[in-house]
Amino acid sequence: MATYQLNVNGERRELNVDPSTPLLWVLREDLKMTGTKFGCGISACGACTVHLAGVATRSCIVPISHVGDRSIVTIEGIGQDTVGRAVQHAWVETDVVQCGYCQSGQIMAAVALLKQTPKPTEKNIEESMGGNLCRCGTYPRIREAIRTAAAQITKGGA
Amino acid sequence: MIASAHRELNRRGFLRVSFAAAGGLFVSLYLDPRAVGAQEAPMPQAPAKVYPPDAFVNIRPDGKIVIQVNRLEFGQGVQTALPMLLADEMDADWTNVMANLAPAADVYKDPLFGIQIVGGSGSIAHSFQQYRELGAKTRAMLVAAAANRWSTTTDKCRTEASVVYGPDGKSATYAELASEAARKPVPAKVSLKSPTEFRLVGKRVKRLDSGAKCNGSLKFGLDLDLPGMKVAVVAHPPVFGGRVKKVVDDEARRIEGVREVFEIPLAKGSGVAVVADKFWPAKQARSLLKIDWDVTGVEAADTAELWTRYRQLAHTPGNVAVSNGDPNAIDKIAAGNRIVAEYEFPFLAHTPMEPLNTTVRFDGDRAEVWAGSQFQTVDQMAVGEVLGLKPEQVTFHTEMAGGGFGRRAVPDSHIQREAATIAKRLRGTPVKLIWTREDDVQGGYYRPMHFHRVEVGVGPDGLPFAWRHVIVGQSILGGTPFESLLVKNGVDRTATEGTADTQYNIPNLHVTAHHPKVNVPVLWWRSVGHTHNAFVMETLIDELAMRSRMDPIAYRQKLLKPEAKKLLRTLDLLDKASAAWRNKLPQGHALGVSCHECFGTAVACAVDVSIENKRPKIHRATIAVDCGLAVNPLTIESQFQAGISFGLTQLMAKGAITLKNGVVEQRNFDGYVPPYIVDAPVAVDVHIVPSAEAPTGCGEPPVPVISPAVVNALARLTGKRYRTLPLVGV
Repeated sequence: MATYQLNVNGERRELNVDPSTPLLWVLREDLKMTGTKFGCGISACGACTVHLAGVATRSCIVPISHVGDRSIVTIEGIGQDTVGRAVQHAWVETDVVQCGYCQSGQIMAAVALLKQTPKPTEKNIEESMGGNLCRCGTYPRIREAIRTAAAQITKGGA
Repeated sequence: MIASAHRELNRRGFLRVSFAAAGGLFVSLYLDPRAVGAQEAPMPQAPAKVYPPDAFVNIRPDGKIVIQVNRLEFGQGVQTALPMLLADEMDADWTNVMANLAPAADVYKDPLFGIQIVGGSGSIAHSFQQYRELGAKTRAMLVAAAANRWSTTTDKCRTEASVVYGPDGKSATYAELASEAARKPVPAKVSLKSPTEFRLVGKRVKRLDSGAKCNGSLKFGLDLDLPGMKVAVVAHPPVFGGRVKKVVDDEARRIEGVREVFEIPLAKGSGVAVVADKFWPAKQARSLLKIDWDVTGVEAADTAELWTRYRQLAHTPGNVAVSNGDPNAIDKIAAGNRIVAEYEFPFLAHTPMEPLNTTVRFDGDRAEVWAGSQFQTVDQMAVGEVLGLKPEQVTFHTEMAGGGFGRRAVPDSHIQREAATIAKRLRGTPVKLIWTREDDVQGGYYRPMHFHRVEVGVGPDGLPFAWRHVIVGQSILGGTPFESLLVKNGVDRTATEGTADTQYNIPNLHVTAHHPKVNVPVLWWRSVGHTHNAFVMETLIDELAMRSRMDPIAYRQKLLKPEAKKLLRTLDLLDKASAAWRNKLPQGHALGVSCHECFGTAVACAVDVSIENKRPKIHRATIAVDCGLAVNPLTIESQFQAGISFGLTQLMAKGAITLKNGVVEQRNFDGYVPPYIVDAPVAVDVHIVPSAEAPTGCGEPPVPVISPAVVNALARLTGKRYRTLPLVGV
C-alpha cells in the first residue's frame, strides 16, 4: 500500500492503494467514479479511455504508481471543457448511444482527436477511433457525431 | 413507508393510490397479465405479493410521469419505445416522462411468453397492445375524474400534454387529477388511437437514456456500489466440467483485501471463488491460486476433430425439418446443373461490452439481486433455488446492461447461480460477482458451430428445382425448458430457422438436421439460427442468380413466393433506394445483395464493397426494412445501422472461438476480435417500408443480412465463393 495524490478533473484526491492497481480501478472503486468502464483489461477495447496529461490513455493498463502528477480527466469531467461539451452535445443530438457502455471511452477518444485535429478527415477518425470497440456497432453515428462536433467547434459555437 | 389508501378491482385490473412518506401521491394502475389480451378473462385475484408502488405508470405530484418498462434495456431502445406507446395513448407530456426498468414480478412477464424476457425480438411486438391499453385506460380515468369535477360528460373533454381540457375554458393537469382519477373504475374496454392520431408513435423520438450515457452518470450493473459490498471472481476449470482436485491458496490469501477463498459448485464441475474488498485484489489473488484440476471423464472438445465429425455426419441425412416435394429429386438432375456447397461456421462468443456480473445479498429469509438480465423471472427462481428461498423472497432489480445479444438470457442462470452460491457463504454481505473478459471469452455459451452441406439442382429456368440440405450443429434448446416447445421430431427449430421455412419457392426442398452432443455450452446468439442459415441461403441464391446472369434483386423477386409480401416490399424499396449508386460503382468495387426475414421482420440489403489489405472494405450499405408499423423510426434506423456491424462479427479474420484438447484457445479481444470502426460500413442508409401492420421486432433482424451481402460482393470481385468462416483473408 502507498499513498498517492491525484489530480482528477481539476480536484486533488488523496488515497492509499496497492501500487499495482490500475488507474481504472482506482477511479471506479476508490474514487467511486464509475463513468470510466472496464471492458477487457488489456487495452484492446478502449472503454476505459481517460485523458492523462491531455493524452487519450487506456486506464486499465496504467498502474497508479505510474500516474505521478499528470492531470487525469475522465468522462465525468470532460464537460467542463469546450471541446468536451461540444462532443457530448453532438453525441446526444445524433442519438449515438445504444447500450452506451463503450461511449464514455468513445467520447474521450473523440475529444482527444478533435483537440489535436479540429477538422478530421474520415481517415483521421478511423485512426483515432480505431481501437475503441462498440459491440452494438454504433460506428456510423459516431462518425456523424464527430463531424457535427467538429463543425460546431470550428464555427466557435461550442 | 407507503400506505395503501384505496384499492379497486374490476375485470381487467386493479388500481391503487398510495401516499408516500414524502407526502407525494402515487396513482398506480396494474393490469393483470392473464387478462391483458384475453377478452373474456375472469376477474383477477388481488395479487398475494406486494408489487412495487408503481407497477406501470405513476403520475407524480410534480407532474413527472414515471413509466415502468417490463424489459431489460441493453441498447435496443425499448426503454424509450415502450413509454412512447403508453404516453401516446395517455396524451402525456413527453418532456416529463421518465422510464424505469421494472424489477422481476409476475405483472411484468411477457404477455405471450409468460416469463420476463427480452428475446425473440418480441419486446415491442408483444407489448405493443399492452402498453397502449395501459395508456388509454389511465387517460380514460383522468378524463372521467375531470368530467366529474366539472359536472360534464367525458365526450366534452379532450387531452393534450398531460392536461385535460373541458368546456368553458376549464382545464386541469394530470397531476391535479391523479387522486380523483384513482377513484374511478378501470375501464374494461378502451378505444385506441388510429395511426393518424398518434403524437409520438411513428415519430423520430430521441432516446431517454442518451444524456446519462454520455456523461458517465448512468449506472450499469457493474457500477453498483453498496455499503459493505465485496467483489468476487471465480477460477473456472480449463475444460468445461472439470473439477477442483486440490487448491493451494496461501499466496492468494496474502494479498491485502482478500477475504475468502473457497471451492464452489458450477453449472458443470466446480471452481474456486475469491472474495475481496475490491476487484483488483480479487483478480490478483485468483492469478496466484495453484489449482489441480480433475478432468477425468470430461470430454475434451476439439474443434479440428469436430469439423471432421460434422463433415461426415453431413453426408448422411439427419432428422427431417422439412420435406416438400420429392426428397430424391436432386439425384435426377444432371451433374452439370448441380451445385454442391459445404459451409463451416465456428463457435462465436457474444462478448457484450459490459462484462457479465451479478450482485447478490443473502439475508437468511430473503435475498436481493441486482443484474442486467434478459431473463429476470428465470434468474430470480434460480437464485431462490440456490438459497432455499421462494421467488417472492428474492427481490430482483433489473440493472441497465452494456449489451447482451442473448448472453444475458441463459436457461441455466449460471451467472446468477454462481453469485448466489458465493453470497450464501457471506450471509448479510452484498457480493458482486464479476466475470472478467477472459472468463467471458473462455466461458462457453457460444453460438454453436455448424456445418452445412447443400446440394442444389438448377432447373432450365435457372431457378432452384431441388434442394437437399443437411445441417449439423449442437441443439441450443435440448435439455432446457424450451425443448418441448421448439424441438420437434429431433430437430431444434433454432438450428434450421431461415432454411426450413424459407420463403423462396423451391419445389423439392428437403432439410434435415443432426444435433451431436459436444461438451461446450451453447446459447442463442443475436438472431440465433438465422446467423448461419441466412448466410447459406443468401450466398447460394446469389450464386444461382449469377449463374443465370440475372440481377440479384430481380432474381430474388422472381424466386420468392407471392405470399412473401414483406420481403417483396423490401426488395422493391431496396431497388429504388440503391438505384442512385448501385449500377455506378467505381472500378474495384462490387455490389452485394441479400435479403432475409426473421422474427416477422423482412430486411433487404445492398452493399458497395472493395478489397483493402485483403479485407472487405464496406463503403456503404443500403437497407430496406419492413417491420410493420415503425414505432420509433429513429431507433429502427439506429438498430439497423449498428446491428449490421454485430452481424459482421462472423466475417472477422479472428471471429471464431476454437478449442484444442478441451481448452478455448482465445482469451480476450486480442484473440477473438469483433468489428471495429474500420471494419464497419462507412455509411448506412436505412429505409423503412411504410406500414400500418402490427409492429415486429428490430433487435435481431439487422444481423443475418450483412455477411452474405458482403461475401456476395467479394465473389463478384474475386470469382471465389466464401463458405468457410471466419473470413481469414480475401
